[in-house]
Amino acid sequence: MKKYDAIVIGAGHNGLTNAAYLAKAGLDVVVVEKNDYIGGASASREMHEGWIYSSSSYVCSMLRQALHRDLNLTKHGLILVPYLGTVNFGDDGSTLFDYPNEEAAYLELKRHSPHDADSMHRFQADLGRYAQFIRKTLLRTPPDPTSFRLRDIRELLFLGKQVWALGEKEMYEYVRFFTMSAAEFLEDYFENDLIKAAMASPGIIGTALGVYSPGSAYILLHHVMGDVDGNIGAWGLARGGMGAISAAIAGAAREHGSEIRTEAGVQQVLVENGRAVGVALESGEELYAGIVVSNLDAKRTFTKIMDRKDLPPGIYEKANNFKIRGSSGKVNIALSGLPKFTGVPDNRYIDRGGQGFTGSLETMERAYDCWKHGRWSDDPFVESVIPSAWDPTVAPAGKHWMSNFIQYCPPTLADGPWTPEKRDAFGQAVVNKIERYSPGFKDLIVHMEVRTPHEIEQEVGLTEGNIFQGELTIDQLLFNRPFPGYAQYRMPVKNLYMCGSSTHPGGGVSSACGANAAREILMDLKRPNTVPEDDFYDE
Amino acid sequence: MNHYDSIIIGAGHNGLICAAYLAKAGQKVLVLESADSPGGLAARREFHTGFSLPVAHSVNHFPKQLATDLTLEKHGFRPAAESPPTIGLGLQGKHVVLHKGEVHGVGTDDAQSYREYSQLMRRFAGALKPFWLKTIPRAVIGKLADMVTFGQIGLKLRLLGRDDMREFMRIASLPVRDLMDENFENEILKAALCWDGLIGSKMAPRSPNHAVLPLLYRMSGDLCGEPGSLIDALHAAAVAFGAEIRTAAAVDRVLVQPRDGALRAHGVQLNNGEKIEADRVVSSADPQTTFFRLLGAENLEIQFTNRIRRLRCEGYVAKLHLALSGLPVFTGLDKPAGRLLIAPEMDAIEFAFDDAKYGECSKEPVLEIVIPSLSDASLAPQGQHVLSAHVMYVPYKLKGGWDEPARESLRERAIDAIAQYAPGIREQIIHAETLTPLDLEQGFNVTGGHWHQTEFALDQSLMMRPTYEAAQYSTPLPGLFLCGAGCHPGGDLTGGPGHNAAREILRRHRS
Repeated sequence: MKKYDAIVIGAGHNGLTNAAYLAKAGLDVVVVEKNDYIGGASASREMHEGWIYSSSSYVCSMLRQALHRDLNLTKHGLILVPYLGTVNFGDDGSTLFDYPNEEAAYLELKRHSPHDADSMHRFQADLGRYAQFIRKTLLRTPPDPTSFRLRDIRELLFLGKQVWALGEKEMYEYVRFFTMSAAEFLEDYFENDLIKAAMASPGIIGTALGVYSPGSAYILLHHVMGDVDGNIGAWGLARGGMGAISAAIAGAAREHGSEIRTEAGVQQVLVENGRAVGVALESGEELYAGIVVSNLDAKRTFTKIMDRKDLPPGIYEKANNFKIRGSSGKVNIALSGLPKFTGVPDNRYIDRGGQGFTGSLETMERAYDCWKHGRWSDDPFVESVIPSAWDPTVAPAGKHWMSNFIQYCPPTLADGPWTPEKRDAFGQAVVNKIERYSPGFKDLIVHMEVRTPHEIEQEVGLTEGNIFQGELTIDQLLFNRPFPGYAQYRMPVKNLYMCGSSTHPGGGVSSACGANAAREILMDLKRPNTVPEDDFYDE
Repeated sequence: MNHYDSIIIGAGHNGLICAAYLAKAGQKVLVLESADSPGGLAARREFHTGFSLPVAHSVNHFPKQLATDLTLEKHGFRPAAESPPTIGLGLQGKHVVLHKGEVHGVGTDDAQSYREYSQLMRRFAGALKPFWLKTIPRAVIGKLADMVTFGQIGLKLRLLGRDDMREFMRIASLPVRDLMDENFENEILKAALCWDGLIGSKMAPRSPNHAVLPLLYRMSGDLCGEPGSLIDALHAAAVAFGAEIRTAAAVDRVLVQPRDGALRAHGVQLNNGEKIEADRVVSSADPQTTFFRLLGAENLEIQFTNRIRRLRCEGYVAKLHLALSGLPVFTGLDKPAGRLLIAPEMDAIEFAFDDAKYGECSKEPVLEIVIPSLSDASLAPQGQHVLSAHVMYVPYKLKGGWDEPARESLRERAIDAIAQYAPGIREQIIHAETLTPLDLEQGFNVTGGHWHQTEFALDQSLMMRPTYEAAQYSTPLPGLFLCGAGCHPGGDLTGGPGHNAAREILRRHRS
């Protein structure tokens, strides 16, 4: 009976990255995926003939450059293009444009507030400094502060040195930033409400927090610390949709000899004598391996595909307490033409770029309040982009598809679980909102795919529909992710590892989790390390 | 002209404690208080003829060390023999009672969980306890000997054991709601246990980062008692050690002059024009009042004043004071002794907070009630009583402003809430007073009417409280010091800032 060196559960981008690096080190790897497509939340799906939706995630920024180059993703077909220009809409229909050209961007800000136009430089510089610091930690395994092992002490010293290098003042500013709310952080810089709202909105993406919640400033940072081709803070579209990223990583994995099997969902991780020895698929087939790596989130891994008896005491409870509440919705719409937005000029950048249906800080906070009450937001925050305006491969000629990401949408409703009717009502609420800013929008709709946390969980496997595989709050970050003491990719059961976003550095299509896990695995197996170090070209 | 070693601005409890320690060490000390009597927010205040209450209505975690050092018992401070119960009120008398480490009125699972939870939290509180009375050194540039304090914190946590240390790292920034949901089922219990993480701050059960530390802070003290008696004893002790205390003496500004090439504080000027000289001035006023009103921003460097300006100082707690014709009867309670909480579930607290977030008064406020006349008969005429309630959440800046209809609405909502659990109370009300955060600011000279003088949040704690360069009680202006709740360890009636400031001043004085 064949015994693999490693089985990776889940062909999301981190699982594929993990497999690629293990295979590159010469391991015999198989990735098993329950769906008939790979990519998990970084997937392209033709849900309506001729249109290819980036079904879940829709833009790319977090993908680690070092990994992109090392896996030669360009050779495997990945082309990333920054999309240029966004418009943010206020409650009253006011518009705030963002241009890729600095002078144009400045003049636009000045139109709203001369004070804020100048402040923006300071804001971006400060945010850039904080981002620089966090970026250094992304492709590293967190230390265990409770351990006296040499490697942990060394890593603590490394991190300590980075902190020390900030200098006293910066250190305090950093603590302040790390613990504040996005709204309060922005009060220090800006006076204009639409500008504040536009800058704050990345702070609520995928979170169960509001713009006024302490800790949302960090989420803001999480979303601006990526880069596209060295352009820090930029967001890009993958040609062919987000599935192209997964396909490219899969190409690299296969090139190194990894096997990838779809329609091979895992029923249970097989454990013998306290060691993971393989998996039992839903079909009944059993696969055996030296190690098992789960790309599923921590809650799903320990409470759905493992027998509670196989877990050491306390682990089931920890997994149950792991916070992974969904708060987002996704509405993918096929359009017969390019929508026109009121107040947006006919402009190569803006009318083909991204749209933020932002409102104001208060609107966003009230949207969060609805989530607390167990309903989708009456007036939701919607972040949209029309990839087909830049990428000819994802819609028929002259036609378009629009990706709409929504905050907030609860994992279950106050009056009961999600049903198809409620899902459609939610989708309608989103369309109604867009129609307010683009009269006639509804007439362009050819097809609509509405995804609430329910669909996201059922289809993608993200528990409760949380897009980050676990919330990004201090109690679940760095050496606390997913649980204190198990934050170095090794799990409480021997020969079991985790490589998904439930591990450091958390969510986003970054491949960092998969790569970091691979490094730890290869260390344990005493194989040469194939995972590159990050390159700090922004220093 | 009289010259003092130290002038202390404000005879609130921190000012009095600082004065007592300095006087005890032999300094010639003058305390200047603008009100007619000392005590600040903790002073007994007659809000209606014959009825008095302190705004800060209970002493919950006063350090024994301070009581001993200042011989407070000799001067009349009688700490409670045991800490009073906290009662989460339930409808139809289904209350949850927390007393002496046990909880009553919940299922057996919750009762057991509570024992385990209490033990764990008390271990953490115990580990942090010494640091509330220590000066937190500046990171990086502090003296090496001071760096030891950081090492000590780490070591203390590590000595708890690996599992405990990990659990501490995880829960330190957790929202209290999550901490409660992990451990308990009963909604009233969860809401009651959240309370000490939230009261006095702009925090709700779902707010991350700044909730568990206040909870642990409030578990770290030794003595409970009456604020009025504490203030009386502190006053007497300070005077006994030789401090001079002048009331009805409002300070208009700190006097500053160049000396040896730098500006230096050398005394104060009162509202009546009188000037008093001293080697140093110690302000127990909040940081914004101290630096902007009393000193003047022009005497400070701009980056520092920016950091003081951006301090978050908006209060969210209002007071309701009731003069009652008799003891109120709470359904299902023999005697309304201890601390009564009206917060039926965590969502009640959360939604009350959500209203105030937008500058509106909570439609259904949550309250903490005590009836101090039960243990201090001097507060009301024979047979009659006073009731004090902290009402959350009430914004300092109300949309539309604090006009009479707004105050009346607040009062009625708060009384309605109490009447749900004490149905006959309206008939007993002789007089009701409401103090909004704006009233507290105007009446007590505390910016924003803030409980802690400024938000008790992680980025405004430890060596960042109120900001670096002023977090070790000295300030960038030589001769000017801080000793109020705007410094480490923060507010509540603990005397930590006053004690720590005095120690720093004496350390410098000696060297």
